[in-house]
Amino acid sequence: MIGMHAEESLLVRKIREGTVIDHIPAGRALDVLKILGLTGEEGYTIAIVMNVPSGKLGKKDIVKVEGRFLSPEEVNEIALIAPTATINIVRDYAVTLKRRVEVPAVIEGLLRCPNPSCITNSPREPLKPRFELLSRMPLRFRCSYCGDELSERDIAKQLAG
Amino acid sequence: MKGRDVISILDFERRELEQLFELTDEIRRSPRAFSEELKGYIMATAFFEPSTRTRLSFQTAMLRLGGSYIDLGELERSSVAKGENFADTIRMLDSYADVIVVRHRLEGAARYAGEIAAAPVINAGDGRKNHPTQAMLDLYAVRTLQGGIDGLVYGVLGDLRFGRAAASFILALSLFKPSKIYLVSPPLLRARPEVLEVLKARGVDFEEVDSLEKVVGELDVLYVTRVQKERFPDPAEYEKVKGSYLVSSSTLRQAKENLIVLHPLPRVDELGFDLDSTRHAKYFEQAALGVPVRMALLKLVLKG
Repeated sequence: MIGMHAEESLLVRKIREGTVIDHIPAGRALDVLKILGLTGEEGYTIAIVMNVPSGKLGKKDIVKVEGRFLSPEEVNEIALIAPTATINIVRDYAVTLKRRVEVPAVIEGLLRCPNPSCITNSPREPLKPRFELLSRMPLRFRCSYCGDELSERDIAKQLAG
Repeated sequence: MKGRDVISILDFERRELEQLFELTDEIRRSPRAFSEELKGYIMATAFFEPSTRTRLSFQTAMLRLGGSYIDLGELERSSVAKGENFADTIRMLDSYADVIVVRHRLEGAARYAGEIAAAPVINAGDGRKNHPTQAMLDLYAVRTLQGGIDGLVYGVLGDLRFGRAAASFILALSLFKPSKIYLVSPPLLRARPEVLEVLKARGVDFEEVDSLEKVVGELDVLYVTRVQKERFPDPAEYEKVKGSYLVSSSTLRQAKENLIVLHPLPRVDELGFDLDSTRHAKYFEQAALGVPVRMALLKLVLKG
């Protein structure tokens, strides 16, 4: 476990195989679980640590999932609500891969435009909503069609809501 | 500009607009020289929202260039009434015409049409957002009537939040060097944050004010749009403010000699008829310039 505090290790034991999502902005751990579709009924061993001290973020959340690995799409989605997150792949108790999530420059299909008068919300048009990245901090996207902004809050509401 | 879609005024650079204006000058000087310019070309007009001036001025522009047009007509009598979607309608027009002019109530419709159609698409207004050809003719009107666009003090009055003509005009000014822009509106109808962001990013000096009275004496150009009653959640609020946004000859008593008053038209009651006979009233001349500006644009989009 790179960069873990001693008190966390006391709270949560190491996992043998699976994924540790670290540096989640404080309070977003449950949203991350929602994005991954984890309700607890799937049988995975899941540890959630919330509001622990973090050098970088002040406070952060951590999610550990035993036996579950993430697809690139899931990594992208996590980036949208937890842009600071790092993904650690654990095999045999050791972190074999550590990487930051990356907010995509363009999101297609995943999110709806918050503007009810946007053509992308017209149910009879065969088009996928598309957004272009405006800024990473705070996270802001712009609808490629109507130009309205998609804020961090809109994104969290849609992905985790 | 050949083959380009015309979706937002911000898709253009100053240099390109100047090229458009120079061609407009040329067309006004010798219209006959252009009377066969677009012979054999067909323009489709598809207005999913009512329009008089914009539609007729596009059609007139095409006819004056020797081209012809087809029109989607009244929606009740077209396939749209049978439930045909926008994408299919655009695909059909694309196979018939060389250029498509579209107006739609939904925002982003023109950009979507541009993705579907191989032919260039010209946005004739989408929702609250863009009306780029109105902005082009508005800038051209200022250039013609004031001798230039840079260095002037502008007032843009009315519904700056929902009115696409006002928003497009403000954005268009950001491509030039106005001395200052006063954004005059009730607090409820202030320009949208993304519009103000563009002004800030481009270093345009602007100020939001509630009343025309305080600033009218500084203005070289006053661009008037209507404050619509239906935008106010409480009719009493509207009654309180409406008087501040009606422009008449008495409102302009303090105005500079050279002030010009523009309006995208149609007007309802925001411009008093008593203004029409004053030297400031330039909105009819402005509207007339819609035809040559659109002629120049059609020529550039179709032939370069």
